[in-house]
Amino acid sequence: MSDKLNSKIPAGPLENKWTRRKSEIRLVSPNNKRKLEIIVVGTGLGGASAAAALGELGYNVKIFCISDSPRRAHSIAAQGGINAAKNYQNDNDSVYRLFYDTIKGGDYRSREANVYRLAEVSSAIIDQCVAQGIPFAREYGGYLANRSFGGVQVSRTFYARGQTGQQLLLGAYASLNKEIANGSVKSYPRHEMLDLVLVNGQAKGIIARNLVTGGLERFGAHAVVIATGGYGNAYFLSTNAMNSNGSAAMQCYRKGAFFGNPCFAQIHPTCIPVHGDQQCKLTLMSESLRNDGRIWVPKKLEDVEKLRKHEIKASQIPEEDRDYYLERRYPAFGNLVPRDVASRAAKERCDAGFGVNETGKAVYLDFADAIKRLGHQRVAERYGNLFEMYEKITASSPWKEPMMIYPAIHYTMGGIWVDYDLQTTVPGLYAIGEANFSDHGGNRLGASALMQGLADGYFILPVTIGDYLSNKFAEPKTDVNSPEFDAAEKAVQVRIDRLFSIKGKQTVDSIHKRLGIIMWDNVGMARDEAGLKKAIEEIKALKKEFYADVNVPGSQYEFNQELEKALRLEDFFDIGELMARDALNRSESCGGHFRVESQTEEGEAKRDDANFMYVSAWEYKGEDVEPELHKEPLKYEFIEVKTRNYKD
Amino acid sequence: MEFNLKIWRQKNAKVKGHFETYHIAGIEEDASFLEMLDILNEQLIREGCDPVAVERGCQSSGPVSFDHDCREGICGACGLYIDGRAHGPDDHVTTCQLFMRHFKDGATITVEPWRSAGFPVIKDLVVDRTAFDKILQAGGFISVRTGAAQDANNILIPHDRAEESMDAAACVGCGACVATCKNGSAMLFVAARVSSLALLPQGRPEAHRRAKAMVAKMDELGFGNCTNTRACEMECPKGINISHIARLNREFLKAKFSD
Repeated sequence: MSDKLNSKIPAGPLENKWTRRKSEIRLVSPNNKRKLEIIVVGTGLGGASAAAALGELGYNVKIFCISDSPRRAHSIAAQGGINAAKNYQNDNDSVYRLFYDTIKGGDYRSREANVYRLAEVSSAIIDQCVAQGIPFAREYGGYLANRSFGGVQVSRTFYARGQTGQQLLLGAYASLNKEIANGSVKSYPRHEMLDLVLVNGQAKGIIARNLVTGGLERFGAHAVVIATGGYGNAYFLSTNAMNSNGSAAMQCYRKGAFFGNPCFAQIHPTCIPVHGDQQCKLTLMSESLRNDGRIWVPKKLEDVEKLRKHEIKASQIPEEDRDYYLERRYPAFGNLVPRDVASRAAKERCDAGFGVNETGKAVYLDFADAIKRLGHQRVAERYGNLFEMYEKITASSPWKEPMMIYPAIHYTMGGIWVDYDLQTTVPGLYAIGEANFSDHGGNRLGASALMQGLADGYFILPVTIGDYLSNKFAEPKTDVNSPEFDAAEKAVQVRIDRLFSIKGKQTVDSIHKRLGIIMWDNVGMARDEAGLKKAIEEIKALKKEFYADVNVPGSQYEFNQELEKALRLEDFFDIGELMARDALNRSESCGGHFRVESQTEEGEAKRDDANFMYVSAWEYKGEDVEPELHKEPLKYEFIEVKTRNYKD
Repeated sequence: MEFNLKIWRQKNAKVKGHFETYHIAGIEEDASFLEMLDILNEQLIREGCDPVAVERGCQSSGPVSFDHDCREGICGACGLYIDGRAHGPDDHVTTCQLFMRHFKDGATITVEPWRSAGFPVIKDLVVDRTAFDKILQAGGFISVRTGAAQDANNILIPHDRAEESMDAAACVGCGACVATCKNGSAMLFVAARVSSLALLPQGRPEAHRRAKAMVAKMDELGFGNCTNTRACEMECPKGINISHIARLNREFLKAKFSD
């Protein structure tokens, strides 16, 4: 293990670790906080909540986003809900159970201490959000309502219709606005981080491009927080927003931050199927739909034929001819198995020829029973906006015919490696939310991304960063005219000039689409050695082609979306290759990472704890040099590691 | 399907804009409006059109800039004025949720940016909506410090009241209400936030200050007055109705009387 790879997990019993760490952390007095500057990159749940909380504490915060407003960050699109161990339903939920479900759901590839802390602070998140005025769903008595999500047997998910992410983000954004008004936070919308600046090996600032003027700008600070989300858009088609990217993470990686578990990507089972080759974005249908929707395909291939020819409708297929395959294979959890399990099961049925649309890549999600049982109004209250969204896109009404769904890339569990304090291997550089690798192991449970983003931002980072900053207040403000900033800005300028000089024939998107196909075919739902090796070579070749033949129109000093995309695609090549490399190394199946070579006779994922119970942390070694793999062993002291079982 | 697209082109905030017309073919009817623009941009780039080429006499200004992100109607980034309607000819959608099946094959479609004094053009179809951020910074929040909150179930909120608050909170901040209003008023946007918080007990302590501060900021930033034409309600992609404007007016008047 690299000596840099110290997870700094506090000693002692699981339930005391966070309390113990907090008591050890050095404090910064209020008058010294005023002298300290922190850069936060990204304004989703993690970034907005962190910036707001840091501003409240009295630090000087600069926050950056690529959109026109912090409120556009992709957290806004999260639909279903946020988990918390409140046990308001009296269904025997607890901090321990939320911790256990999350560790198990992640297929035993996350740290006990981190996950326990996440469960521990979950309750305070709900309190905070209600105090901010977030209109969570209520019961008729005025108390908060809950629903269930995949991979659990309790109801612990709080929600605001199908717009929970939006409401939580608007809450964090409101707190951020409060601090902007207060003068403690300065906001830089339409700014894109293009490099991290190190001084004496410590993170001291960033180079950002002003997306309106096109100019490069320098920003200095005492610490830098990365909250830029995941890298699912390496696949081109994903449920991520169009501008979501992995570039900030890759800039940090190239400056010495290790990258953790890059191959762990989540494929969400309930997305609207691809409809042809003009599409650029896939739309998620919330997992909450699996509370009441039943997933099925026909039992008979002749029915499949007729469906594809539009000779019959799904609703005409009699009950006895339907295969509710999740209920059949996983009776204990039924339609609420975790996402990785549900996605693979859909693929299995479609590969066997039972896909229900023309492309053969769709299964049904049916609400007929729920509408009968609950009535129109209650179904509308729970899912009305999702039904509407589905109908707008497909021109088919879920009230009349079942939805068609298929798995798609949705979230990345991997990310920048961080220790228990959420600090990366670069001193002064922190990573929070989806941008770090820490809490979800090989598979994230539904409604846990919002929980983690806000846990990191409101309650963990604002405490832990103090430990690092406690001896920094005497340091002068970072000088952005130093040789280090000069060099970083020059390197960015070279990158930009190179892109404009190519003047080739192919568009950025057309090359990105081809990268997406390589990724989906070889680093998607089923991965094998030959495919992964092939993917690495193909990505390298495609990157070469990009540098020889891409056409980036326009110029730097203007609003130029093609340049933005080209800069991001450069990083997606490297992310894609790193994902493939990590997937190749991890020859076990685990969570969302399914290696064809490692499965049981029934086709379930087969983990290899003897050889792979570790976090892979990749160290950058230079352009076109193979990165070095470090291993952080995962120790389970408090729970028994078992084979995941959702059958009984 | 094929279309003639008449699109507003403007290099930046300092120069005058103009319309350019493009022909596009081979569009699937299940394609979204923004996917159609993506395809147009691919075509323009392949043809070698770009802002530099236009200085050499090229007839097209190159790829069209437009704001977009989630493409599922929730981030509020997209917003185009299409054939004279904010977010185009479908009800209760953002531009990214508009599909080409709503247009006649062969039609000429006019595409413009939001036009309002409060939203200056940045480039082509991209406008500057930071005024909305400034209005919310004036008071669109509850002043609670992180960690100071009581247990969530200590605050009881009747089901219907929470639902009504949520109706208003659904605002995505796209600016269609301003773009469609003949006065360029941001009242529906301001009302959505004021009303959502005013309906909740947590929002009451600051309700008066909030209403006054947000309305004052809206006026300061050059947005017009509300004359109850209800155009905003018609074009709001989230169907936010003007009863929230009535609540804003009540809050504002109460605040003024208590001064």
